[in-house]
Amino acid sequence: MTTVRISDDALALACGADAVAAAFTAAGATVERVSSWGMHWLEPLVEVGGIGWGPVGPGDVQAILDGGLDAKCIGPVAAHPFIMRQQRFTFARAGKTRPLNLDDYAATGGWDGLRKAREIGPEAIVETVTASGLRGRGGAGFPAGIKWKTVAGAAGGEKYIVCNADEGDSGTFADRMVMEGDPFMLIEGMAIAAEAVGAQRGYVYIRSEYPHAIAKMQAAIAASAEIVAPFELEVRVGAGAYVCGEETSLLNSLEGKRGEVRAKPPLPAIEGLFGKPTVVNNVLTLAAVPWILANGADGYAEVGFGRSRGTMPIQIAGNVKHGGLFEVGFGITLGELVNDIGGGTASGRPVRAVQVGGPLGAYHPPSDFHLPFDYEAFAAADGLIGHAGIVVFDDTVDMAAQARFAMEFCAAESCGKCTPCRLGAVRGMEVIDRIRSGAGRQLETIERMPQMHNMPKQGRDPAEEIALLTDLCETMKFGSLCALGGFTPYPVMSALKHWPEDFGAT
Amino acid sequence: MERLEDIIAAHAGREGPLLPILHDVQAAFGHISEEAIRAIASALNLSRAEVHGVVSFYHDFATDADPRPQVKLCRAEACQARGVDALVAALDESVRAQLGTVYCLGLCSAGPSALVGDTVHARLDPTTLSELVEQTK
Ligand code: SF4
Ligand code: FES
Repeated sequence: MTTVRISDDALALACGADAVAAAFTAAGATVERVSSWGMHWLEPLVEVGGIGWGPVGPGDVQAILDGGLDAKCIGPVAAHPFIMRQQRFTFARAGKTRPLNLDDYAATGGWDGLRKAREIGPEAIVETVTASGLRGRGGAGFPAGIKWKTVAGAAGGEKYIVCNADEGDSGTFADRMVMEGDPFMLIEGMAIAAEAVGAQRGYVYIRSEYPHAIAKMQAAIAASAEIVAPFELEVRVGAGAYVCGEETSLLNSLEGKRGEVRAKPPLPAIEGLFGKPTVVNNVLTLAAVPWILANGADGYAEVGFGRSRGTMPIQIAGNVKHGGLFEVGFGITLGELVNDIGGGTASGRPVRAVQVGGPLGAYHPPSDFHLPFDYEAFAAADGLIGHAGIVVFDDTVDMAAQARFAMEFCAAESCGKCTPCRLGAVRGMEVIDRIRSGAGRQLETIERMPQMHNMPKQGRDPAEEIALLTDLCETMKFGSLCALGGFTPYPVMSALKHWPEDFGAT
Repeated sequence: MERLEDIIAAHAGREGPLLPILHDVQAAFGHISEEAIRAIASALNLSRAEVHGVVSFYHDFATDADPRPQVKLCRAEACQARGVDALVAALDESVRAQLGTVYCLGLCSAGPSALVGDTVHARLDPTTLSELVEQTK
């Protein structure tokens, strides 16, 4: 009987994978649900004996079973150029294993890292992670080993490992794919962290927008409880607040409080969850750890660019022909990612802007396509890598509207703790609205907002408004407590800098 | 009320029980009423203002009942790049009232996308989105 492999990743499901699976079952085939290869434009991707077809609909099923449907056949999936060009460490199992199958996991090197960690003990684990050069994949790029060392050295019996699975940046989905496709790897990474610092309990704090990831993680934690014991793990579900991706607001949220950002110090490593020393790492950071322990620090550090070591699962999204997950060593250029790998826009129109690093990341014009993917190189170009999501826009995009959205998003998601963010974002929206509507429509704006009694009744000229916006961004950048208020100026200022014509300035 | 007490009791022994309780109450009743807030506050030894402050902080919790099922449409950047705003504009007003907003479902390479209950939908176009909204009504 024919065995057909189809992903049960949320993206495959959202594109109709269940209906395709049901059609295969009805036609007498055995269906195996596996993780996604990350070639999203081909989902639902169907694999029979290593040969792939995609995107497949229920109507294609009989033709595939008959060995036909050449138009959608991509040949051997593992040899697809999109896969061949990658260096897959974190996503080595993607597309190959059944996410909740412990045998599949063990047969592909699963638990080797944890075994090694238990052999070498806490100090050597921290040394290995430090030597690998692994930096937090959440955006700031803080070395993971140093964080662990602080927690390991902190006084106090009880310690926690918290996995931040609430980084809900637009254009990113690698966390979701790890949790849905390879949940044991994340659990193993957390268990290794627990060995390193002497923690007994861990929490995976997952955003509520990811119901499939929540279900998979819960099932995986139950299935692997004996293997990671005495370490105990639990899933906690966020409640739709973007700012809870910020580590200290996440801790507040986990404690059952408003997800307000805490001032640092104290560092969570010293006083974290419930006041106890806590490792807070994001999904990709923890997921990279089993490989490093199993294969050694050198193998990891060897790959990469400059001070950015190892691989980065880059998420190619937005208006792009070949969107999906692309894991590769740091150093690949933005242009290669957008044009060669992503295949340009899905609409077929010219690329106008690429936002890198989520909603708080800068918009880059094609003239930035030479930039190598590397924390420092992007910082030098007034941008950031963040969570390594890249979102492609074609030439129909209105960049002043995107800048306005960045302010709107910040206003909607601000935790309210500091003034530059809480009020600055609202003022930012108003200024951009005035710029976009031109002086003629200002009175209308004022009438709609009677509470804004101190708004200028006379139109400022556009240059003055832009100066005001720039000043506001400076204040937000330097006066905000966390990245939400502090980084919102990146999308706003980059839009203004590279596309002044959209703001009526030239 | 019995169900409310059950929910509270089920989580009371946990570390940081408030969010899990609120999630379950929201799921069971569709909103978190003043009455529920009072009961939760007294069970967890918190002030009503504290619980209220938490409820109002998070987008997932509502204090007013709205029996209509929601289509949560992603309005974040990657879905904007794939035309979500035009989709919304194409829906007629009566339908739009049922739409909620989320910022990213992690389906950013196949947007525009939406979440209905626990089912996800991607590659929406005007027709599929209208159908989705109709079916959910
Ligand atoms: S920058 Fe904004 S989100 Fe961050 S702490 Fe300040 S008010 Fe809260
Ligand atoms: S931006 Fe819409 S799913 Fe991510």
